[in-house]
Amino acid sequence: MAEIFILIPGRTSEQGCGISEGKFLDKYQQQINSLQVAPGDMQRLGLAEGDRVRLTSCERGQQVEVTVVEAKGDELPEGLLFIAYGDISSKLMGGDTHGSGMPTSKGIDVELEVLGK
Amino acid sequence: MATVESSVPATGELKIVEDATCTFCGCVCDDIDLTVENNQITKAKRACVLGKAWFLNHEIEEKPSCLIDGKPATLEQGYDRAAQILTGGKYPIVYGLSDSPCEAQRVAVSITDWIDGTIDTTTSVCHGPSGMAFQGVGEVTCSLGEVTNRGDFIMFWGSNPAESHPRHFTKYSLMPKGMFVPNGRKDRTCVIVDVRKTKSAKAADIFLQIKPRKDFEGLWTLRALAKGVELDPKVVKEETGIELAVWQDVMDRMKAAKFGVIFFGMGLTMTRGKHANSEALLALTRDMNDHTRFVAKPNRGHGNVTGADNVVSWRTGYPFGVNHNRGYPRFNPGEYTTSDTLANGEADCGMMIACDPMANFSQPAREHLASIPYIALDAKETPTTRAAAVAFTVATYGINAPGTVYRMDDVPIPLRPAFESPHPSDFDVLTNIERRVKAIKGISG
Amino acid sequence: MSDLIKIYRGTVYDPANNINGEVRDLWIENGKIVEAPSDPSKPLNRTIDASGMVVMPGGIDMHCHIAGPKVNVARKMRPEEKRKAERIRRTEVTHSGTMGSVPSTFATGYKYAGLGYTTAFDAAIPPLGARHAHEEFEDTPCLDKGFYVLMGNNHYVMRSIQEGEPQKLNAFIAWLLQSAKGFAPKLVNPGGVEVWKHKQAGNVHGLDSVVDHFDVTPRQIISQVSQAANELGLPHPVHIHCNNLGMPGNWETTLETMKALQGRRGHITHIQFHSYGGGDGDENTFNSKVVPLAEYVNSHPNITVDVGQVLFGETTSMTGDGPLGYFLSNVYGGKWFSGDTEMEAGCGITPIKYKNKSLVHALQWAIGLEWYLLVEDPWRVVMSTDHPNGGSFLAYPQIIRFLMDRTYRQDVLKTCHPLVGKRSTLPDIEREYTLNEIAIITRAGPARILGLTNKGHLGPGADADITIYTPHDNKETMFEMPRVVIKSGQVIVDQGELRLAPIGKTLYVEPSYDIDLETDIQEWFEQYYSIRWRNYPVDPSYMHEPEVIGMRAE
Repeated sequence: MAEIFILIPGRTSEQGCGISEGKFLDKYQQQINSLQVAPGDMQRLGLAEGDRVRLTSCERGQQVEVTVVEAKGDELPEGLLFIAYGDISSKLMGGDTHGSGMPTSKGIDVELEVLGK
Repeated sequence: MATVESSVPATGELKIVEDATCTFCGCVCDDIDLTVENNQITKAKRACVLGKAWFLNHEIEEKPSCLIDGKPATLEQGYDRAAQILTGGKYPIVYGLSDSPCEAQRVAVSITDWIDGTIDTTTSVCHGPSGMAFQGVGEVTCSLGEVTNRGDFIMFWGSNPAESHPRHFTKYSLMPKGMFVPNGRKDRTCVIVDVRKTKSAKAADIFLQIKPRKDFEGLWTLRALAKGVELDPKVVKEETGIELAVWQDVMDRMKAAKFGVIFFGMGLTMTRGKHANSEALLALTRDMNDHTRFVAKPNRGHGNVTGADNVVSWRTGYPFGVNHNRGYPRFNPGEYTTSDTLANGEADCGMMIACDPMANFSQPAREHLASIPYIALDAKETPTTRAAAVAFTVATYGINAPGTVYRMDDVPIPLRPAFESPHPSDFDVLTNIERRVKAIKGISG
Repeated sequence: MSDLIKIYRGTVYDPANNINGEVRDLWIENGKIVEAPSDPSKPLNRTIDASGMVVMPGGIDMHCHIAGPKVNVARKMRPEEKRKAERIRRTEVTHSGTMGSVPSTFATGYKYAGLGYTTAFDAAIPPLGARHAHEEFEDTPCLDKGFYVLMGNNHYVMRSIQEGEPQKLNAFIAWLLQSAKGFAPKLVNPGGVEVWKHKQAGNVHGLDSVVDHFDVTPRQIISQVSQAANELGLPHPVHIHCNNLGMPGNWETTLETMKALQGRRGHITHIQFHSYGGGDGDENTFNSKVVPLAEYVNSHPNITVDVGQVLFGETTSMTGDGPLGYFLSNVYGGKWFSGDTEMEAGCGITPIKYKNKSLVHALQWAIGLEWYLLVEDPWRVVMSTDHPNGGSFLAYPQIIRFLMDRTYRQDVLKTCHPLVGKRSTLPDIEREYTLNEIAIITRAGPARILGLTNKGHLGPGADADITIYTPHDNKETMFEMPRVVIKSGQVIVDQGELRLAPIGKTLYVEPSYDIDLETDIQEWFEQYYSIRWRNYPVDPSYMHEPEVIGMRAE
């Protein structure tokens, strides 16, 4: 019962600090491996913080597994997912730049599957 | 090599470096006072959270300056191997540069020229699309001090400075008192447009939550309203997720402003539409100059990505994605840009300077990069340095190494290094590689 | 550099030393022209046989846009013209590059050298971008270089005039030149750019328009900056881009600008763009007013001009005149860049095409030529295209042909819009330039106007910047490919090929000023600038082969 979401990877200040502190340290790794989900979507999908989900990019079929955190307040509207730039977001990005040099790195269609705790 | 002063303290001494420049983001704040003790920065006065992390975590890396295939090697061995790799391929690429000073960037362009290679900077995956838009419609812009002194309407579109450029609001765009806005924040209207209600949204007088991938439609709605074109409220709401009346109110405020400013970010360039989004925004800004004064400015990410644009442009005539395979520069984004030369499996060797494509690039691009011999220069260990044939640990620019960086508004600012590093600067490494490349290629110029 | 070189039996044109086409020998040592060695047996490192050749000092371009923020924006902005332009391939001694109307840095240096030019001045650098200009200079080889510093809309300049503080103005001009490591003060549309910054389509419209907030007029800015600059003894006191550039009827503004100098030394640049009669933006009234302006110049020896010749074809307009950029972008409808620099300056860039069938464009072409031909004293008119505004510096050989060959001039005139002959005096002008006069308007004259005592001549002590041409009936052919070019005593072009590409010197001034007045400047600076006071001045480490040009003795 996969559901389609729009993934927005982006900068967070924690992730930015992590670049300076070290990309192999926990803080950075935790940032880039935590998927923010809107509270309404969390509730509807029966998700709790720390649960694992599988994301599949609609364009390429690339799959990743990632831990869920609840987005703060009304930061994220339902239907959108957010993750700090990093390995996970890169895996879901397609190689095609549509003649621009820039792969579509925000607004990526993904299927979300709940994997459980 | 430009350097403002050789202010390197002896080991163990306590020292204050005043007006040091932070190169973490495109704000390039040059008012940081550093306290340096035992080759470690212990305080970074006025630095933001990102700046503090930048300054306080750059102790000297306890690892060799050079690794070949993951094993310690001398610098001389590294330079030799690097020159062999770069001159041994048919499609060498040089990439990165946005966290290097201009002096090093210039050497990188020279090397590319001597090896008939392709040079590209992180601009291509940042505001490259805005650079293409600029080539289509131009840009009406200004230096950041103009925003501070005159800006009374400040809009951020697809940009989240609260997380990416934490001093943007306080130092340049929203809070400071300026010549023609003597009451600071009170004299300015702030509008933020984003798909998420980001941390920055809290600073806004008006927040517009636009539908994802509908920036182009939103910008054209404003262009239409600027020209007085009648729009169907239903279509506008359906397309953009925002009521026409709200757009109209924003346009009224834009026209009433004396000096309007639009800062924009990756929300436009990385999303469907890319350069068409940036072009719509730059065209809107131009249109607004028929009503009042209006300017636009991309919020640039890395400390010297703007310098990279400038250096590559003045030396080749093109800002990024420049191919020298035929002995002279050619420009074609989507062809000579690194995401493409890698994902298309064309590059056969390369040099990655102060960048981390193994972390940030698409999966097909990363897979290809991992399959070819390349050189990496970075102050820190990254996924890219780990997979490099030759990895140089370099001194950090602005902390250990001098030079020049360009702020996001093209203002060049000198660096004041705080303490010496045992590692060579990227300028040193590149100069040594260039010398060897020239010898191999028989170049005397 | 210490090579002793002899150039023998060349036909030498050295107007500054009253040598007009005499067969002579020249000696070079340590980068300078020297007297014939007293010991005739002293070994020569090289001899150059210039028999039958024309020998002149290296060319000097005193007004072009070749480096810095605005030029680089134009490079980025115009990829479309580079792909079809001449290809600059890398060689064993040179870098690759691109051409088009705004060549890349290395290409710029190589192409100037290829024309026999060895010195060039960028005409408009905002001090906040000075460091950028110096960085590009280091990548622009074969030329000695300097730049003019934009100050006609600088807030401190206007404020010190408003407050009636001439001492502060003097100190500020000196401090600013030193901070930027610049060569001369430049006024661009004085006062007008500031109005543009805070008003839709804002500008001043004449010498007595008031710049609001600062309550000063262009006349006051011109008069008081020229006063201060002359008091400082600057080698090139003030370089003026008048108000109302390009507007029909603007000749009166230009005349008023000349009058505002009140006998003080001053240079009016690209005067072609400022010599128009007519009014109300009506093309039908547009005409040449070179005659009355040239008369004024002829009778006022304090005034010098460069022309800003227009050539037909595509180019890029780039200017520190922000409101002009807005105006031109609306006329041509193409892409447009505008950049305002805090406290200092503006900038406008837009592509533009000059057509011989357009009455306005053809008149602009004719007006430029009228200027060369109607100023009686060649020492006070200088060849320029305001590169790339009127056309490329690569057009200089063609302009020389226009001036030396009236038949050619008249033939081209016949291809132009038919009314040009009626709206200008060009068809009636018989004058043809001599080689000696060409040497004046391209070398000796600009050196004298710039106060460069070591350049523009071939006497002992001069910089050994020398160009050797093969004479030809077609003067365009003669001047477009010199046989030998020597820069600071090194042969950089030989048999028409580039052999060496030394970086060249940076020329700048260091006027002295009352250091106590710096406190006031600093206070103002720290209140308004977005960078720190200590990070503003260009550090000497940015200079390569720096050479300070001395103040005028008079």
